[in-house]
Amino acid sequence: MKKVNLEVNGKKVSKEVADHTVLSVFLREVLNLTGTHVGCDTSQCGACVVHVDGKSIKSCTALAADLDGSKVTTIEGLVTNGKMHPMQEAFKKQHGLQCGFCTPGMVMSAIDLLNHKKNPTDKEIRDWLEGNICRCTGYQNIVAAVKEAASKM
Amino acid sequence: MKTFNYHSSKDVKEATKLASSNSAFLAGGMTTLPSMKLGLASYKDIIDIKRIKKLSGIKVSGKTVTIGAITKHAEVAHSKEVKKAISSLSSLAEGIGDPQVRNKGTIGGSIANNDPSADYPSACIALNAIIHTNSRKVSADKFFTGMFETSLKKGELIEAVEFQIPEKSCYQKYPNPASRYAIVGVYVAKYKSGVNAGVTGAKSCVYNDKNIADALSKNFSSSALDNIKISSSGMNSDIHASAEYRANMVKIFAKKAVDAC
Repeated sequence: MKKVNLEVNGKKVSKEVADHTVLSVFLREVLNLTGTHVGCDTSQCGACVVHVDGKSIKSCTALAADLDGSKVTTIEGLVTNGKMHPMQEAFKKQHGLQCGFCTPGMVMSAIDLLNHKKNPTDKEIRDWLEGNICRCTGYQNIVAAVKEAASKM
Repeated sequence: MKTFNYHSSKDVKEATKLASSNSAFLAGGMTTLPSMKLGLASYKDIIDIKRIKKLSGIKVSGKTVTIGAITKHAEVAHSKEVKKAISSLSSLAEGIGDPQVRNKGTIGGSIANNDPSADYPSACIALNAIIHTNSRKVSADKFFTGMFETSLKKGELIEAVEFQIPEKSCYQKYPNPASRYAIVGVYVAKYKSGVNAGVTGAKSCVYNDKNIADALSKNFSSSALDNIKISSSGMNSDIHASAEYRANMVKIFAKKAVDAC
């Protein structure tokens, strides 16, 4: 067992977990933050993307113990005073989702893109979302949502 | 994933001392962790080297670019120094996997794994890389020994990769649309002493294509490759591409690389 100290969505947490616990399991099963989804569980689909120290990573492929001392932001951490993040608003407005399974990862990944690049082109958005798979939308409205969020962030 | 004992090392000595026949070093974990989840690998001890400061960072001198083993792909991709010294190396890093993989995956992890379709091994071959480990320096042509095989001994740890700055260079690949691993990738680098053509994705292990390298050493232009014949013997054949297709792609991507230099 390993003691893992993290700051998750602004709150300090300290939990004793098995050495092989990955971050997605830590978030979902230990902290009950089930907004982070697990699809492929082998870092291909991107449903589990969260931010660690400001950068997007796939939480299914990171050991919780390895991230000891880090700051983690999940989809639950985006809402402020009951108001959705501009990226979430844009996904809603542009119908950037259907079943919603990939959405938490899409939103977290897209926010990381806009942190790097204020006004990405369609191609840059599509390239960036290489690691996020959506089986419903055909990506068109996701790209539209990211563009709309870019104009508001 | 089967359980293991997790160790976080603060220095190379401690990490190598912990190593055994049933352990693995963990850097970005982009291959190690999925392999363990899929049951392809299991270890008693996982030795995390991410906190060893000495293994991280980029140094550019007059003739070389040295990249610490745990330097992430995103750092290489965004490094102004690397871009200036060997721009093809930063664009190679920018094309690995996806942004999240680039935020965690490391150069040392990539070359230690030696995936036959990985990008970095072709850079090591083309750019006359010297791999620095905790006990020796090995040239790239002696480092990559076979499919997922290197000359690393058990418990030997990569510390840095030293690339020789070429006069001109370019890497072009045909990426698998799903994984962005190279179906075929060719890294061409021109030095005063001659040209190298590091080929990945085509065979079970990265190699320097002597026919292409020799032709380009005589005449560094894509037309110099017009009459070269690339044999499909020993080339990979799978659901993505046949051996014959790959052989043709090696030539096409070598020409593209020269044209883009």
